[in-house]
Amino acid sequence: MSKPDIDHVSGTETTGHEWDGIRELNTPLPRWWVGLFYLCIIWAIGYWIVMPAWPGITGYTHGILNRSQRDVVTAEVDALKAARHARETELAHASLQQIQSNPDLLQFAMAAGRTTFADNCAACHGAGGQGGHGYPNLNDDVWLWGGTLADIEHTITVGVRSTDPNTRQSQMPAFGRDGILKPEQIDDLTEYVVHISGRAANAPAVARAAKLFADNCAACHGPAGKGNQEMGAPNLTDNDWLYGPTRADIRDQIWNGRGGVMPTWAGRLSPEEIKALAVYVHSMGGGE
Amino acid sequence: MKRKTSAMTTATDLPSPLRFDLALFPALLALGFIAALIEVARSPDPAMVVQAWTFMACMGGIGIFYLATYAGGLPREERTGYATNVIKAGVVASMFWGIAGMLVGVIIALQLSFPNLFYFPDLPWTNFGRLRPLHTSAVIFAFGGNVLIATSFYVVQRTCKARLFGGSLPWFVFWGYNTFIVLAGTGYLLGVTQAREYAEPEWYADLWLTIVWVGYLATFLGTIVKRKEPHIYVANWFFLAFIATIAVLHIVNNLALPVSLLETKSVSLFSGVQDALIQWWYGHNAVGFFLTAGFLGIMYYFVPKRADRPVYSYRLSIVHFWTLIFIYIWAGPHHLLYTALPDWAQTLGMTFSVILWMPSWGGMINGLMTLSGAWDKLRTDPVLRMLVVSVAFYGMSTFEGPVMSVRTVNALSHYTNWTIGHVHSGALGWVGYVSFGALYCLVPWLWNKKKLYSNALVEWHFWVSTLGIVLYITSMWVAGIMQGLMWRAYNDYGFLEYSFVETVQAMHPYYVIRTIGGLLYLGGVLIMAYNLWRTVRSSETAATEPAVAPLAALEAAQ
Amino acid sequence: MNHGFFERNSFILLFGILIVVAIGGAVEIAPLFWVNGTIEKVSGMRPYTPLELAGRDIYVREGCYLCHSQMIRSLRDEVERYGHYSLAAESMYDHPFQWGSERTGPDLARVGGKYSDEWQRAHLADPRSVVPESIMPPYAFLEKTPLDYRDIADVMRANKAVGVPYTKEQIDAAVADLRAQADPNADGVDDFRKRYPKAQVRDFDGNPNQITEADALIAYLQMLGTLVDFKTYHADAPENRR
Ligand code: HEC
Ligand code: HEC
Ligand code: HEC
Ligand code: HEM
Ligand code: HEM
Ligand SMILES: [Ca+2]
Ligand SMILES: [Ca+2]
Ligand SMILES: [Cu+2]
Repeated sequence: MSKPDIDHVSGTETTGHEWDGIRELNTPLPRWWVGLFYLCIIWAIGYWIVMPAWPGITGYTHGILNRSQRDVVTAEVDALKAARHARETELAHASLQQIQSNPDLLQFAMAAGRTTFADNCAACHGAGGQGGHGYPNLNDDVWLWGGTLADIEHTITVGVRSTDPNTRQSQMPAFGRDGILKPEQIDDLTEYVVHISGRAANAPAVARAAKLFADNCAACHGPAGKGNQEMGAPNLTDNDWLYGPTRADIRDQIWNGRGGVMPTWAGRLSPEEIKALAVYVHSMGGGE
Repeated sequence: MKRKTSAMTTATDLPSPLRFDLALFPALLALGFIAALIEVARSPDPAMVVQAWTFMACMGGIGIFYLATYAGGLPREERTGYATNVIKAGVVASMFWGIAGMLVGVIIALQLSFPNLFYFPDLPWTNFGRLRPLHTSAVIFAFGGNVLIATSFYVVQRTCKARLFGGSLPWFVFWGYNTFIVLAGTGYLLGVTQAREYAEPEWYADLWLTIVWVGYLATFLGTIVKRKEPHIYVANWFFLAFIATIAVLHIVNNLALPVSLLETKSVSLFSGVQDALIQWWYGHNAVGFFLTAGFLGIMYYFVPKRADRPVYSYRLSIVHFWTLIFIYIWAGPHHLLYTALPDWAQTLGMTFSVILWMPSWGGMINGLMTLSGAWDKLRTDPVLRMLVVSVAFYGMSTFEGPVMSVRTVNALSHYTNWTIGHVHSGALGWVGYVSFGALYCLVPWLWNKKKLYSNALVEWHFWVSTLGIVLYITSMWVAGIMQGLMWRAYNDYGFLEYSFVETVQAMHPYYVIRTIGGLLYLGGVLIMAYNLWRTVRSSETAATEPAVAPLAALEAAQ
Repeated sequence: MNHGFFERNSFILLFGILIVVAIGGAVEIAPLFWVNGTIEKVSGMRPYTPLELAGRDIYVREGCYLCHSQMIRSLRDEVERYGHYSLAAESMYDHPFQWGSERTGPDLARVGGKYSDEWQRAHLADPRSVVPESIMPPYAFLEKTPLDYRDIADVMRANKAVGVPYTKEQIDAAVADLRAQADPNADGVDDFRKRYPKAQVRDFDGNPNQITEADALIAYLQMLGTLVDFKTYHADAPENRR
């Protein structure tokens, strides 16, 4: 680097090297750049002093604030719960009439219920509670396990055929699959169910099935097929079907005796949330 | 052209059958072939059998290439000057993988936009979960990797005034690397993955890449060692840091125990929280060294070359180089903020990310300010404009990154499409554009053409893809911030306002806009491919030597 | 210092780079293996059953982690939406971890028990049949594909080698245990229950004739988040602070 090599455009000295025609200027570091760099470093050092930062042999520096995000989130959730607490206790002890006559409480329950329902229940019961194949519609007034506020709350708490020890439980036998009845008998029963639900059916088959129904089905569905909420046995005379209205659907259910699972929410949701959900579901249209 | 002087005789000059590399690499290929043959014969794992067949085909193909190239004595190119054929191959491979990878990007963008049209319940290999790694690996490692190999081979030779080291080693690196890509990509479709983002290939592919990467390091370092310039040029510092650090990251992050040598599956050596930090130490520095240091190497050659101006500041080069590589390594925990990673590690990750801002901008300043005195060229030279815009995007995403590393910001941005927006402002704007700029420079130089086939088409490429980027990143920013805000929104009574599915629904229009942006960007690349192809086919050979004289001429002048 | 030293000596430049990049990783990663409390002490965590492990492999194979996180962050809205924030202990047997980095779909860290097997089946085969707004891919092939579990003992052995505390008995009984968990009427169910207390035994895919990939994946999903007993976990104990 004997004689300084000056770049004529910028007037700046170069380093005197050249690679494949590329040279380098000897421009000093931009001062704002150095300044910002130092600023960031100083800020970082400050942060290390107040926050947990550097690891050691068994522990780490906790910082002046001795902060822990887990403490922070616990405190935040607690604060939120505290803010909701008054209304939640009110809700927990309120009767249906009290809730319905207190617009603030009702709105509170609806606000709590809406997202909880959408995040946990809508996957099965549909976003509007309209149900789906095998999943009951929650906004009509047909109830498998009862449509009072208390019934609904209990169903949500323990579930149906769930893992909860107190779950609502009842199992229709698989009359066909397990060989309890013969295929012809099941065909007849299918006609019978179609008949009692108020549709045209094969009369001789219906006649043949009357005794079969009384012997095998009435215990749960009642002698007239009106259902039994104690056992979650649906009413077979209305035209509201869990598994579908066609002969094939009905035959399939008698053959396989399916029973859907409604999970228990006792561990996952708090009693207050469940109460709010029950109010929400009750208000969907069909609550008793 | 005349033979090199005897004083500089190296292994490269020996007649072909006596050359060490021409025995070593075919032997390696044969070994690989035999290992794959054993897998085919013995493996109970159908995926492994397919992978082994694929590998055998690759080994066979490379073997035939070696035969065709070296059986009749040393090819002329190896006797005369700089290695260029391997770089040409790298350019072609870059274009091929770029188009493939971005096409898959468009496909997965369509899947998220129109799930009813673009999903196939009975075709496992069309799943989003299998195609997404195909996209990320194809654009980063196949496209980006081939660009890096091609440009680093080009740059190191010209700035060291030395032919690539190792005889046929560069060819082995090129073919070996692309074999790795094929193995990885077909593996994903079969469901073979380690579930480590940006390091998904399984143990045997990792092992193969390790061998190839050692070859890459040897080629690059060997060329620097035999350089005829007293000093190592700054671009080569960056390339070297990229190659060396990726080797370390790759080996540590992929430590895994195969379930059996005859199966694809392996289990990671680490678990849970340690595994998470190791993975993101890797993941972040794959960004830092693969997508940043390596491409900065490209910038440090092609920007001054194309602008025909000296690099802005040598001192800035030094300071930002060392601080960049030192600080980058610490920033990994910003991918794990608020997780089960201990708070102290999160603090370090966040603070170092913020400190990283200026070292990153050092590169941007050096790139942009190199243009001083040549700004007018931006109006007439769309290739230079692409290079400069890439540096601007680099500046933008390295500002955004530190912002997203701040805990409170990350609380909102993490898990959302904001991250995707950030990724693609870096990927499309910086990585993509700097690569396109370099390829536009390289093709006429390598194929000895006077100029590109059409400057107007470069203009078209530039504007179409810029519109694409704008659509892509703005839609993802809006989508991401909206997603983050919806997840945490509370109603007046202190309950969550939105359900998760409602946020999924809200994404739909943005997913569609992103898809359109991606299509435009891909369209730009197709225009580029056509332009480059016409350039190669054109008969207008450069009257004089290409921009840089071949080695022999340089040596003769010495 | 004169930078020419590095610029003139390629190997010194290389070593300089290697030293500089080694520091950060070492300081951040290594202490995770020894600093107290990094992995909380909890009750209930157990290694995955063979069937769950096979399901986890399918989860990995299909790339579910690219859309679903399994890491509930310590933020108020996440704790309220998904449940207790995730502990490091909950993924201590995950080789590799499955925390994820995107939430195109919801977090799955505590999805176990949230839905019925039947719902999981319907949802996996055709997500839009149960959630019309969903953009999740359909995986109808899972319930049609028999599970290939020939290597399950090897997988467990490999996990044991990297630190998962499987006993020899568990590994020896891997295949029998896998079958038992998917069939409540199998002979080995009692032995299985002894080896994996509280594990769920069911015909997860609703097809008693075959053990399919859906069996394994659903068994895995239904276990997620159900292991740690949070009644015995004290969030405010000093060793559990961060
Ligand atoms: C995995 C699917 C699933 C989920 C999730 C689910 N349910 Fe259910 N639910 C069912 C099934 C199946 C039944 C019907 C059970 C039966 O056949 O007796 C049911 C029944 C009910 C009933 C009784 C209906 C009647 O006619 O008596 C109510 C009330 C109810 N669910 C509310 C909810 C609420 C509230 C939630 C969310 C916290 C919820 N469900 C979540 C599947 C589900
Ligand atoms: C042990 C009690 C029990 C007996 C006996 C029984 N059922 Fe049922 N049945 C049920 C229950 C419970 C359900 C609802 C299943 C569910 O909730 O998933 C049901 C559902 C049905 C349904 C479907 C209703 C719908 O809405 O889709 C039909 C049809 C039916 N039973 C017919 C019969 C017939 C015919 C017989 C006699 C051969 C019979 N059941 C015997 C308990 C019983
Ligand atoms: C393209 C992204 C995507 C992929 C890949 C994906 N999912 Fe999903 N997943 C979603 C979305 C979106 C939802 C929310 C809507 C819904 O319930 O379908 C979801 C919901 C779920 C749910 C219900 C969670 C809840 O709490 O409601 C489960 C369980 C699930 N996915 C499991 C899986 C499994 C297992 C895989 C891999 C085999 C997978 N997902 C792959 C996007 C995806
Ligand atoms: C100073 C520089 C940068 C910093 C501090 C930074 C920081 C970040 C942060 C905070 C995230 C989000 C992590 C999360 O919440 O999950 C992220 C993601 C990402 N960034 Fe950057 N970024 C920088 C530059 C870049 C550049 C230049 C690129 C080039 C393409 C890039 C590519 C990515 C990618 C691919 C991801 C996604 C990782 C994943 O899969 O989750 N970043 N970055
Ligand atoms: C045509 C252009 C492209 C399109 C349409 C596209 C589309 C996509 C899509 C849809 C995703 C998945 C996002 C999600 O999971 O929500 C994705 C992820 C990703 N893409 Fe692209 N992409 C394109 C180009 C590129 C390029 C050129 C690069 C890199 C050089 C790149 C790098 C990535 C990375 C790193 C991710 C993963 C991000 C993360 O995990 O956070 N993409 N891309
Ligand atoms: Ca790997
Ligand atoms: Ca990611
Ligand atoms: Cu990062």
